[in-house]
Amino acid sequence: MIDIEGLNKSYPIGNSSLHVLKGIDLKINEGELVAIMGSSGSGKSTLLNIIGMLDNYDSGSYKLDNVPIKDLDETKAAKYRNKFLGFVFQSFNLINYKTALENIALPLYYQGIPRNERQKVAQEYLKKVGLADWAEHLPSELSGGQKQRIAIARALASQPKVLLADEPTGALDSTTSEEVMDLIKQINNEGKTILVVTHEQDIANMCKRIITLKDGIIMTDMKTK
Amino acid sequence: MNTVFDKDTWQEIFGSISQNKLRTLITIIGVLWGIFLYIVLSGIAKGVDNGFEQRFERISSNSLFVWTQNTSIPFSGFKIGRNWNIKLSDVETLKNKIPEIQHIAPRIQKGNFGSQGAYISNGTRSGTYNIYGDYPILKVVSQKDIYKGGRFINELDIKEERKVCVIGERTQKELFKDEENPIGKFININGIYFKVIGIHKFFDQGGGSFDDDGDIHVPFSTFKRLYNTGDAVGFLLIAGYDDIDIVEVENKVKIQLKEIHKVHPDDNRAIGSFNLGSFFTRAKNFANGMSFISIIIGIATILAGVIGIGNILLISVKERTKEIGIRRAIGASPNHIRKQIILESVFLTLIAGTIGIILGAFILYVINMATQNLKDVPFTNATVPLSYIFAALLMMIGLGTLIGFIPAEKAISTKPIDALRDE
Repeated sequence: MIDIEGLNKSYPIGNSSLHVLKGIDLKINEGELVAIMGSSGSGKSTLLNIIGMLDNYDSGSYKLDNVPIKDLDETKAAKYRNKFLGFVFQSFNLINYKTALENIALPLYYQGIPRNERQKVAQEYLKKVGLADWAEHLPSELSGGQKQRIAIARALASQPKVLLADEPTGALDSTTSEEVMDLIKQINNEGKTILVVTHEQDIANMCKRIITLKDGIIMTDMKTK
Repeated sequence: MNTVFDKDTWQEIFGSISQNKLRTLITIIGVLWGIFLYIVLSGIAKGVDNGFEQRFERISSNSLFVWTQNTSIPFSGFKIGRNWNIKLSDVETLKNKIPEIQHIAPRIQKGNFGSQGAYISNGTRSGTYNIYGDYPILKVVSQKDIYKGGRFINELDIKEERKVCVIGERTQKELFKDEENPIGKFININGIYFKVIGIHKFFDQGGGSFDDDGDIHVPFSTFKRLYNTGDAVGFLLIAGYDDIDIVEVENKVKIQLKEIHKVHPDDNRAIGSFNLGSFFTRAKNFANGMSFISIIIGIATILAGVIGIGNILLISVKERTKEIGIRRAIGASPNHIRKQIILESVFLTLIAGTIGIILGAFILYVINMATQNLKDVPFTNATVPLSYIFAALLMMIGLGTLIGFIPAEKAISTKPIDALRDE
């Protein structure tokens, strides 16, 4: 599903540059649940941003579902993001003046799907994350765990090939974290490829495979039991 | 373009606009005020235009009066201060020599311009009134409305030098009893009995004519006999064709008259004139100028208002950087974002414009109500043509779109990854 070879990325800082990713080789197959770990500055977020087509890379190659991803213009990147990827953020990033249902339906709006169908699909995913009764609530009326579940439903609504979660439990307490991870696992069990960036060991342990980054290179890559 | 008709597009717009209601309100006041000024000012200009139009509607607007005065330059053997008259024969000469002239109504009068009026009596009632010797053509140049049952002077009256007269409303009131019908009755003018053939209505035209409600009109030929004035004419009322330059005609008439009557060509005091046409043109120009100024002011104010909207949207886009980042992460293309922000801009502009138009129309309505019964103010029916309003709306859509591009491009220029990092 994800095929990365010799990926390099550096950021210019003044006259010099900061080499963040130093030759990453990574293959992730369909249906995997992968945790990407590392301390801050290890390059894990940069890697996720490149995979998420939010950022470009300098050299190497990146294929997503056999489609080479390189130097996309914004319109194309938007189209691919919408088609291939679902994002889950640490701070949920729901749109605060839209109801739960509208938030979930938003990616479908950008796909140009008719309103009735959007509503139907959004309802479905709302049910899937167990918040069917909260459709008309605004994000401000929901708890952190509920918000993250809405965000996950939104990420899934466009039926992406890969779900990218950047510290999905970073803003949640441990009980809620576990609930959210359970949901992520459940979605993975249904066959969805999921990448979770985290710096918490116990969250990583709930995934099927853990990749540890340090100073821009992969230190370890192992399967959990 | 189907996004424009999509319910969600509007939900998006309302969603983002209603986030900061107070700011939105203050923003649209700029455009609102602009269109309001535009509507009110051009409405008033139109009202003034209509007012002048109405004031002149009873007299040919392309006309002028010419009369004689004492000469001020000795010429051709004549002394200075000569008292001369326009002659009846001049009418034909003028008509032949100056093709722009449509009608000439020669008139002669007593009671105006320092001469003494006619002493008129009916039994024990009597008074002194202005008396005019007129031709039927007068009715064509300066509209005369005769009350039912009566008529104006006709050709036969002239030919037969009939002793008939048309009297004014006031004359009727003063010479006749209320219940008495004056038509067919005789009144005594300077000792001679005249039959009343009509009563003319009086319209106050605010200096547009010399008419009075006490006027008495008799056939020119009868007047001539009555006062033994020979071929002398008191003054000429000259009407030109619609599309001619009446000032030019005025000059030609004067030159012609001076030539006929041996008046020095430079003797400007020897001929008096009042050019209704140029007066009318000036009034029209004033109204046109006003409406031009109102358009300029309106456009300038709307422009300032639209720039204000662009400015506020720029701030709003900055504030919503994160939100726009989220939208782009979940698949909004730059075009989606651009469209939404431009639509917001156009929508705000149009809302402001519509409110401004409604308020402006209301104020015009109030002004119309207030001036309805003011006869002294040349102001009637202040309106704004629908085409002006459509033009204004079109301009607002155009400007709203243009100005919307600035914040839209600003929103797009931020990369989604940077936008997402924005806190």
